[in-house]
Amino acid sequence: MQNAIELRHITKTFGRVVANHDVSLDVRRGEILSVLGENGSGKTTLMNMIAGIYYPDSGEIYVNGQLAEIRSPKDAYALGIGMVHQHFKLIDVFTACENIALVLDKREKYDLKAIRKKAQAICEKYAFDIDLDQKVYEMSVSQKQTLEIIKMLYRGAEILILDEPTAVLTPQETEKLFAVMRNMRADGKSILIITHKLHEVLSISDRVAILRKGEYAGTVETQGATEAMLTELMVGKKVELNIERPEPINPHLRLSVHNLSVTNAEGVRVLDQLSFEVFSGEILGIAGISGNGQKELLEAIAGLQATEPHSSVVYYPDDDRDSTAEQLIGKNPKAIRDMGVHLSFVPEDRLGMGLVGSMDMVDNMMLKSYGAGHSPIADRKAPRHLAEEIREELAVVTPSIHTPVSRLSGGNVQKVLVGREIAASPSVLMTAYAVRGLDINTSYTIYHLLNEQKKRGVAIIYVGEDLDVLIDLCDRILVLCGGRNNGIVDGRKTTKEEVGLLMTRLQNKGGVA
Amino acid sequence: MGESKKTVREPLFRIVKRDGISMTAKVIIRVVAVLLALIADALFIYFVTGLNPLDVYKVMFQGTFSTSMRFMWAMRDLASLLLIGIALAPAFKMRFWNVGAEGQVLMGALATAAVMVYYGGKVPNALLYIAMLVASLFAGALWGFIPGWFRARFSTNETLFTLMMNYVAIQIVACCVNIWRGQASGLGKLNMKTKAGWFPQIMGHRFMINLIVVLVLVFAMYAYLRYSKHGYEIAVVGESENTARYAGINVGKVIIRTMIISGALCGLTGFLIVGGRDQTISTNTAGGDGFTAIIVAWLAKFNTFYMALISFLLIFLSKGAAEIASAYNLNDFASDIIAGMILFFILGSEFFINYRIHRKHSSKEVR
Repeated sequence: MQNAIELRHITKTFGRVVANHDVSLDVRRGEILSVLGENGSGKTTLMNMIAGIYYPDSGEIYVNGQLAEIRSPKDAYALGIGMVHQHFKLIDVFTACENIALVLDKREKYDLKAIRKKAQAICEKYAFDIDLDQKVYEMSVSQKQTLEIIKMLYRGAEILILDEPTAVLTPQETEKLFAVMRNMRADGKSILIITHKLHEVLSISDRVAILRKGEYAGTVETQGATEAMLTELMVGKKVELNIERPEPINPHLRLSVHNLSVTNAEGVRVLDQLSFEVFSGEILGIAGISGNGQKELLEAIAGLQATEPHSSVVYYPDDDRDSTAEQLIGKNPKAIRDMGVHLSFVPEDRLGMGLVGSMDMVDNMMLKSYGAGHSPIADRKAPRHLAEEIREELAVVTPSIHTPVSRLSGGNVQKVLVGREIAASPSVLMTAYAVRGLDINTSYTIYHLLNEQKKRGVAIIYVGEDLDVLIDLCDRILVLCGGRNNGIVDGRKTTKEEVGLLMTRLQNKGGVA
Repeated sequence: MGESKKTVREPLFRIVKRDGISMTAKVIIRVVAVLLALIADALFIYFVTGLNPLDVYKVMFQGTFSTSMRFMWAMRDLASLLLIGIALAPAFKMRFWNVGAEGQVLMGALATAAVMVYYGGKVPNALLYIAMLVASLFAGALWGFIPGWFRARFSTNETLFTLMMNYVAIQIVACCVNIWRGQASGLGKLNMKTKAGWFPQIMGHRFMINLIVVLVLVFAMYAYLRYSKHGYEIAVVGESENTARYAGINVGKVIIRTMIISGALCGLTGFLIVGGRDQTISTNTAGGDGFTAIIVAWLAKFNTFYMALISFLLIFLSKGAAEIASAYNLNDFASDIIAGMILFFILGSEFFINYRIHRKHSSKEVR
C-alpha cells in the first residue's frame, strides 16, 4: 500500500543548531504513528515542516507518492495535511462554527448554515463531543482542542498531526480523544501524534518513530514494544524506570493548613475549607482533575493569593510545635522570605511566573535573591556561579548561560527553574506539574532531585496529573475535588482506581480519611 | 513512487533569523545602507528637483558642520532630545508607555520659569539655581507620579493618561505665559536685565552645562538600568507582573518609583532648556522632542549610548533638511523626503543585521 507521507533525508538547521539531520521516515495510510523523542530532539520541527510552517534546508517530502513542495500551511491544506499545535489558533470571541468558517477557502461562500451542517456531519461521523454554537472563551482546553481537530477535518485533512495533544488533558479527556482518533483511523486517515507519555504511545499507536538528538533512530511496531525498550531507543542507553521511594526519616510537622478558602475573581469558591498537614521528609502528592484548586492552593501558601477570613497556614521550623511557628497567610512572598522561611515554589506557568523569558540564566538565578545586602548594585557574581553549576549538574542544554531562557526547550527551562528553587535550600518545596511536557529521561531526573530533597528533610508538595507517578513517588496523596479535601490516601497502599474515584466523586463528609 | 517527473520549485528566498553577527559584518551592513541611501536619494534629487546631488549633500552636511557655531547648536538641540530619551528609558523598559514626556518637560520648565520670575534678583544666585532645580524636578516628578499612581492603583491605561497630561501641561503653561507677559505682545527673555537664573557661560555657551549633564546621565542611566537592583526590578516588572509578584517585588511601588524618576528627569530637561538654552518659556519649549524622544529610546532598545548616536543622526538630518530647504529654496517636503530616505535605509538595515536571506538554490530535477 502506498504511504501517506514519506520523508527523505530531511535536514533543518537554525543558525548553528541542527534541529533535524538526515531524517527519513514513512507514514502509512490509516495508521496512528507516534513520534517519540526527548525534549529538543526535533519532533516539533519535523512536524512543522510537514505542515508548511518551516521549509527544510534539504531533503524531500512525498505525499501520496508525489513529490510535494510545502511552502506554507496553505500548501499543506491543499495536500490534505492539517496540524493541531500546542498553542491553539482560535478566536476567543467567535463560536466554534465561526472559527471553522475561518479556514474556508477564499472561493467558498460564507454560509454559516451550510458550514454548520457540514461540521455537524463530521462531529457525528467521528463522535466528537462539542457544541458548535459555543463561544471559544467559554470552552475548556479539551473542547478547544476538539474544535481544532474538527477545523482540520473540515478543511479536508487526510493526514493529521497532533503536537502533544494530551499534555493538557485529564485522563478521561485523553480517553475520549483516543476514541475519536481510533474512529478517524478506521476511516482511513493517517495520524501523527507527539507525546511523551509512554503508556499512551503503547495504547494508541500502531507504530512508533523515534528521534534522537535530531536524527532518526528507527521505527518499531507498537505490538511487542515495551516502555523500557522505547526509552532505550530514545535516550540511546538503558534507563532505570523505577521511581525510588525512600521512607521518610524522622518526620515532624512542617506545615499545617487549616480552613483554607479562596474565592476567585468570578466569585467562585475554588478552595473550600481545606485542611491538611505536611511533614518534613515526605512527599505529599496532590491529585485532582485540573482546575480543582491546585493552583490556588500553592499560590495561597506562597503568599500570592488572597484568601478568605479564618484561613490559616502555619509553618513550623522544627519539631517544637508552637513557640517558633509562623502564620503565612496575609504575607507576601518577600515577607515570608524575610521571616526566614525557605519556601521554594515551582509554579505551573514556568515562563509566565517562575522565570523571566527574555533574561538569561544568570539574571533568572537572582530573581528571588537580588535584593540581598544593602548595596544598590545587584550582585551578579554569585548568580553566575550558580547558573554554571546548574548547567553542569542538571545537564542544561543551552548555547551559553547568557542565552535568554525562552530560547531553551521546555525540559531545559524546567531544569533551570527547579535547579534554582532547590539551590535555595528550601525547607518546603512546592511543585506544580513539575514534569509536564518533559521527556522521560528529564522526568526521572526531576523525580530523583525531589527524592534527594526529601532525604534532606524537606517537606515536598507535589501537584501531579499522572496517577502512576503520584502513586509511585508520593508517601501520601491528598485528593482535591471541587476545592475540597476529598481524602488523603497512603501512596504505598492505594490504587489508581481508588484515587481516580476520589478525584471525580465528592465524599459526603469532605474530611480526613 | 510512480514515474512522476517534476521540477521542484523552492521558494525564491527564505528569511532566517541570525543567531549572532560579527562586528565587522554589522559595520559593513550599515555602511552599505548609507551608501544605498545616498544613491537612492541622488536619483530623487536629480530627477525630481533637478539639482546636483553632490552639491545637495554638501549643503546637507553643512547644516551641522559648516561652522563650529553650527555644530554647537546641533549639540545643544541634541542635548535636549537625548535627555528626554534617557528620561523615558526606565519607563519604557518597564513597558510603561510614557508618552507624556512633552508635558513633563513643560512642567519642569514652567516650575523653573516661575522661580525665575518670582525670586529672580531677590535671593542669591546660587540659591536661585538650587530652587529652580528642585522645583523642576518636583514638577516633572509630579507629572510622572500621577499616571504612575493611577496605573498602580486602578490599572488605568497609561498611554492615554500620559498623553492627556500633555494637554493639561500645555494649557497651564499658556495660562502662566499670559499672566507673566502682562500687556506685552510676547514674554521675551525672563529677567532680561538681571540675567538672574541664566546659566553662566562656559567656553562662550550657556548651554555647556546642558551638555555636561547629558554626558553624565548617559553613563548614569546606563549603569542604573544595567547594574542596579532597581534596574533589575524594572526589567522583571516589564516582562511579567506575575513573575515580579512571585519574586516578591512590590509591583505598584516599582511602577510609581520609576515614573517619578522618569518624570523628574523630564523636569530636569525643562530646567536645562529654560536656564541654559531659551531663558524663557512657551508652549513650544519642548518643541515636540517629547515625542521624537520616544523614537530615540525605542530604536536604541533603551541603551543610552545608542540613544546618543540616534539622537545625533536625527538632529543631523533635521538640520541638513532645513539647510537644503533654505539654500535651494525648496519646499520643506522635498528636503524632508531626502532626510527621511536616509533614515529609512539606516533603520531598514537593522532587518539585515537580525535576519539572513536564503537565496534559492538552483532548481533541481528529482526523479
